[in-house]
Amino acid sequence: MKILALTGMLGYGYSEEALRIAFSEKVDYVGVDAGSTDPGPYYLGSGKSFTDRSAVKRDLALALPLALKAGSPFIIGSAGGAGSRVHTNWVKDIILEFASENNLSFKMGVVYSDVSVGYVIDKLDSGKIVNMSETFPITKQDVYDSKTIVSQIGVEPIIELLKQNVDVILCGRACDTAIYAAPCIYQGYDRGLSFHMAKIMECGSMCAEPVAAADVMQGYMYDDYFELCPANPNRRCTVDRVRAHTLYEQTNPYLIFEPDGTADLSESEFIQKDERTVRVQGSKFIDAHKKTLKLEGVKCSGYRTISPCCINDFDTIEHIDEIFTTVAEFVANNIPASINKSDYILMFKRVGGGGNSLGIIIDVVGKTKDIADTVCSLARSRCLHCDFDGRKSTAGNLAFPFSPSDIHVGEVYEFSVFHLVCVDSFSETSETMIMEVGK
Amino acid sequence: MKRLIEYTKILRSKNAGPLYITFDLIFDSVETLQYVKDNLTTVAVAKAYNIDESAVSIISFERANSLKITFPRKTVSGAIDDVDIYGCQQHMPLADLMV
Repeated sequence: MKILALTGMLGYGYSEEALRIAFSEKVDYVGVDAGSTDPGPYYLGSGKSFTDRSAVKRDLALALPLALKAGSPFIIGSAGGAGSRVHTNWVKDIILEFASENNLSFKMGVVYSDVSVGYVIDKLDSGKIVNMSETFPITKQDVYDSKTIVSQIGVEPIIELLKQNVDVILCGRACDTAIYAAPCIYQGYDRGLSFHMAKIMECGSMCAEPVAAADVMQGYMYDDYFELCPANPNRRCTVDRVRAHTLYEQTNPYLIFEPDGTADLSESEFIQKDERTVRVQGSKFIDAHKKTLKLEGVKCSGYRTISPCCINDFDTIEHIDEIFTTVAEFVANNIPASINKSDYILMFKRVGGGGNSLGIIIDVVGKTKDIADTVCSLARSRCLHCDFDGRKSTAGNLAFPFSPSDIHVGEVYEFSVFHLVCVDSFSETSETMIMEVGK
Repeated sequence: MKRLIEYTKILRSKNAGPLYITFDLIFDSVETLQYVKDNLTTVAVAKAYNIDESAVSIISFERANSLKITFPRKTVSGAIDDVDIYGCQQHMPLADLMV
């Protein structure tokens, strides 16, 4: 069975020629990951994507007609970057727009994976929320404050749609591995091999050299092993790269944790089959005692205004701690009476530099945009003219690269939930609908 | 004794989810891996990052000539006081450790 990973991230691009080569032989499934928490909590909270609409449309537009023509179900995971309902609909609209422009007709399954605050509170009350790290316990207040919470679905909702012969499966937040493991497991292949192959494939050609997330990877699944070979003839998979990629973004090199168990790679063997192909065998799967899904939730923590600037004076840098203290005290004593000290956080972030140079971001998060503006303005102006013993450069302490010097960043979101939930059924967090497109 | 980075082919840091930071050290040979493994302690890593020793996990992966070091991030990715959302520029304190 042959499965394609279009690219490591929908909207990051891939070679059109590589795609054409991949489709020169029978392709059974096409997958692409469209999301990640790497870019941070902002996107889930704001409903925006960290990928660009035109780029996402380009990546879909090249592959969708080929997949439809070949009868290869096309599976998209973690739509729109963060995978909430808003993000999923954003990608759905792009697909519908492209289908309408090109008179395409197909059957599409959409899986929404948002959960409600009430769902998480009920689970918390019944002791079914598990910490991912002791450093990040869950609190009821954080759950109540959450603007959006999504679950990372596993393979089951995808397999349910494959059974119904849909052409396109668009998923909200999903485990990266579910995209590629679902069709393999649906076709009856070994779960350990399926998840291991999926884990390596989900980053596109990251396991090839020259390394690139943004290119097509081909996975071939067999009964006792799988093989990986990049579609782009200028790249090759090597044992070193594939082994190294097995480590990537994992807390444990031997274990890949999945909703229904763990892929155990401690017995995996990596073989260079030919110049561009690596064969992997021996990966196992251990069933879990409990069914769990990962939850990701964010809350709005305020509004940010920043002023990036630079000090190019050794004496000023020598006195920087004293300057920051003076400025923070000044701000606290000079804010309007309507602003409480607890209404803002003022930070001086030091970024790089060395010798006579120090980059600084005056970073303010306020309860409102106006509070952040006021505090940033006071801090920036005081810092610019802050005096210290022996100061010779008395015209100003800061080099501003921009006018205006202060920049609105907008709403600030932080993770409020990043926990496992014990589920009775793997479909309890998701809602699936099937639509006929273009008919 | 030399800097840890001088023993490695790859030395990188990256989030393993927003709560953890993980470091991959990949070596040219299993002998180098073994040498570093025998001479790098969780205490030294904890000190380099000013964290609790019990939080540090060091696991070797002989098949890939590599060592994986993982501990919880001091600030969750994207928290107000975070300065490296992807966690991919946190490797220098480790790189500079003398082994």
